[in-house]
Amino acid sequence: MISTTMKLGGGGKATNDFIKNYIIKYFGNVYLNELRDASKLMINGNISFTTDSFVVKPEFFPGGDIGKLAVYGTCNDLAVSGAKPKFLSLSLIVSEGYSLEKLDKILNSIKHAVEEIDVKIVCGDTKVVERSEEPSIFINTTGIGELAVDLNNYNKINIGDKVIITSDIARHGLAVLSERNELNVDTEIISDCCNLYKIFEHVGYDGIKFARDATRGGVAAVLNEIKEHCNKGFLIEEDRMPIEESVKYLCEFLGFDMLEIANEGVAVLICENDRADEIVLKLKELEIAKNASVVGEVTDCEKVLLKNIYGGLRVVEMPDGNLLPRIC
Amino acid sequence: MCLGLPGKLVEISEDKTFGIVDIAGTKREVSLMILPEDVELGDYVMVHVGFAISKMDEAQAEETLKAIMEYYDGDDIEIQG
Amino acid sequence: MEMISKFRDKDIVKRLLDNIYKESKADKIYNIMEVCGTHTMSVSRFGIRGLLPKNIRLISGPGCPVCVTAQGEIDMIFDLLKHNDVIVAVYGDLMKVPGSDGRNLLELKAEGKDIRVVISPLDVLKLKNEQKKDIVFVSIGFETTNPATAGLIDTIVSQNLNGFYVLMLNKTMPEIIDVLLDDNELDVDGFLCPGHVSVITGESLYLPIIKRDKAAVITGFEPVDILYSVLEIIRQINSKNFYIKNNYGRVVNSLGNEKANKLVDKYFELADSMWRGIGVIKNSGLKIRKQYKYLDASERFGLRPSDKSEIDGCKCGEVLKGKILPNMCGLFGLACSPENPVGPCMVSSEGACAAYYKYEI
Repeated sequence: MISTTMKLGGGGKATNDFIKNYIIKYFGNVYLNELRDASKLMINGNISFTTDSFVVKPEFFPGGDIGKLAVYGTCNDLAVSGAKPKFLSLSLIVSEGYSLEKLDKILNSIKHAVEEIDVKIVCGDTKVVERSEEPSIFINTTGIGELAVDLNNYNKINIGDKVIITSDIARHGLAVLSERNELNVDTEIISDCCNLYKIFEHVGYDGIKFARDATRGGVAAVLNEIKEHCNKGFLIEEDRMPIEESVKYLCEFLGFDMLEIANEGVAVLICENDRADEIVLKLKELEIAKNASVVGEVTDCEKVLLKNIYGGLRVVEMPDGNLLPRIC
Repeated sequence: MCLGLPGKLVEISEDKTFGIVDIAGTKREVSLMILPEDVELGDYVMVHVGFAISKMDEAQAEETLKAIMEYYDGDDIEIQG
Repeated sequence: MEMISKFRDKDIVKRLLDNIYKESKADKIYNIMEVCGTHTMSVSRFGIRGLLPKNIRLISGPGCPVCVTAQGEIDMIFDLLKHNDVIVAVYGDLMKVPGSDGRNLLELKAEGKDIRVVISPLDVLKLKNEQKKDIVFVSIGFETTNPATAGLIDTIVSQNLNGFYVLMLNKTMPEIIDVLLDDNELDVDGFLCPGHVSVITGESLYLPIIKRDKAAVITGFEPVDILYSVLEIIRQINSKNFYIKNNYGRVVNSLGNEKANKLVDKYFELADSMWRGIGVIKNSGLKIRKQYKYLDASERFGLRPSDKSEIDGCKCGEVLKGKILPNMCGLFGLACSPENPVGPCMVSSEGACAAYYKYEI
C-alpha cells in the first residue's frame, strides 16, 4: 500500500494493522499500549487542558512539518499557560490517496517531538475521508499539562511591567508562504517552530507574570488580545523588536507588517519591571531564545503603540486575519 | 502607488530579458524587458511587480546624501549603513 | 540593504527635522500633497506627520490605484466572476474591495470562485490551471505599473499563448494633476511627486505644477527622502521660487524610461476613465489597442462599467482630492474600518483612510 485508502479508517483489519505498525510502533507507552476505549491517567493538582487543529499547507516546510507543529503547537499552549505538558491525544484526518510515505514521515516527526518534550500520546483516532482536490492531511491534538503557576491571569498585569519577546519574529509565516510557491520567491527563511517549554524549564517562573505564544496574527494579535482583557495598553519600540534582516525585507517586499506574521516559537512574556533584564540574559543562554529582547512595557493608555526609531508613534491594530501581498 | 524595493542582480539570462535579484537573502525572478540601462551582475535595480524599472545609481545615492549634508551648518555626521 | 538603510538614518532624520523647524515660518501654514499612496503609507508608518511642526500639513491625494477606481469599474470584476469557467488573477490590494452588493473577492473566493493573488503580471503565466480555464489578469495601476501589464501582453503576443486576457482598469497621471490644479478649493503649496511614477514619466509630468507657482519635488519613500523633500518644498515656498527638483536621483532619470513608455504605447491607447468621487476624466486611462482587442477581457466577456455610484455617506472622493482628512468623514472608524471597509480608501492598506486608521494616533 503506497497511499491511504478508505479501509485504513474503516475499523477492520487495515485499521488494526495501521495502529500496530505505525501508531504503537512510534508512540507506544504504558497508557497507549492497552488500547483502551479511554486512557486512565493520573495527575496531581491543577491541570491545564487545551486543543488545537493543524491544517498547514504545504505540510512540509523549511524548519518543520505538520506533525512537529501539531505536537509543539499544543504543548506550547500548555507551556505558556504555566503547565508542564504531560499527555496528548492525536487525531489524524487523511484524505484517500494521501501518500503513506509522507504519512510515515509525519508520524516519525511527531515521535521525535513528543520524545523531546517528554509528553505521552495516550489516545488517538484516524479517519480517512474521500479526496476532493489534492490529497491532504489534518491533525488535531489535545493536551493536558500539570499546572505549575497560572501565567494566563490578566489581573496580574500592572502598568510598568516589561514585555519580552523570546525570539526573532515572523519566520514561520514567511517560511510557509514561500514554500507554497504561489509568490515565486525563493528564500532561506526557516520556521521558528520549537518547544517553548524549554524556556520555562531553563528560566523558571520567577518574575514572569503572564505569557502567550505569538502564533496566528503574530505579536500584533497577542498584544491586542491582552490589551482587550486587562484594560491597559502597550508601548513597544521598533528597534528593540528582534527580527532577521531577510525576514524584515521580505515583509517590506510583499507589503506585510512584520508584527502580523505568524510565529511558532516566539513567546511574549510580561515580567516584573526590575527582573526583565535578568530574565532576558538567562533566556539568551538558550539557542531558541538567543535573540530575546525587552521590547517595551505595559502602559495605561489602552492602545498598543509602536514607537519607531525616530520617536514617531503608530497604533498597532488587531490584524484582520487576511495576509495579502500588495503592490502599493 | 507603487511599492518598490532595490534588488541586487545575481543572475542574468543569456538573452538579457530576465534576471534574478537578491533582496536581503530572498531571491525572485524579475523581467528586464523594460529596463533601459545595461546591467551586469552585482548591479542594483528597482523592482516593482516583478519588473526591474530602473538601474539604481549608487553614486547618485551618495550625491543625494552629500547634498543633504550641505543643508546643515553643523558638524559632519557619520552615516550608518 | 545599504541602499535602504542609509536613507533611514536616525541622525540625518534628526538634522532634517531640525532644519524644517528652523526654516518653516511659525505664522504660515504649509500644505503639501503626497500624490502617491506609497508615500501615504511611508508617512504614516514612520510617524512622520507627528514629527513635523503642526503648521506643515501633509495631505493625501489620489495616488492609490484601488482607491481611485470608480465603483462602476470595480463592479466589472464582479461581473467577470459571474462566469464560472475563469481564473481571475488580481493583486492582493483588490481582495477586500467591496462590489456594489457589499461582498468582496475574499468572500467570492470562499464561495468557490477561482481567484488567485499574484505579485507580478508575469506570474499569471505560471498559474496552475489543470482544467485549462481562461485566465483573466485584472490590471490596475498608474504609470509605474502600466508597463508591467504591457510586458504581460507582449509575452502573450510574442509567444502566441492562448487563454489569457487582461481587464484594463489602469489610469494615468497627467489629467488628474490638471483636475487637481484646476480645482479652486484645492489649497496646496507643493507636491511630493511620486518617485516610482517619475521613473517612467520623467520630470516633465510636473510642469503644470510649477506653472501654477507650486513646488514639485520628486521623492523617494524612505524617511530621509520624504523629509529632505518636505524641507525643499518649504524652501521653495519661502523663496517663492518654484521649480521641479529631483530628490530621488538614485532611481529616477529626469527623462523617464523611454523603453517602458514605448512598450505601453505599443499595446495601449489613451481612453476616458472613471475616477471615484470625481467622475469620468477624458484620456485619463488606458485601453488595449484595436489590433490586440482579442486579449481584452471586457470584449471577451462583455463587461461594461456599471453606473453604480459610490456608497452613501462615503467621502472617499473628497479625501482623494485632499479636501478633507479621512477622520472628517462621518463613517470613519464607525461604519467604516479596515475590517469592514465601506470605501476603497479604507480597503487598500495604502489608502489614506486605512493609513490614518492604522497608523495615526
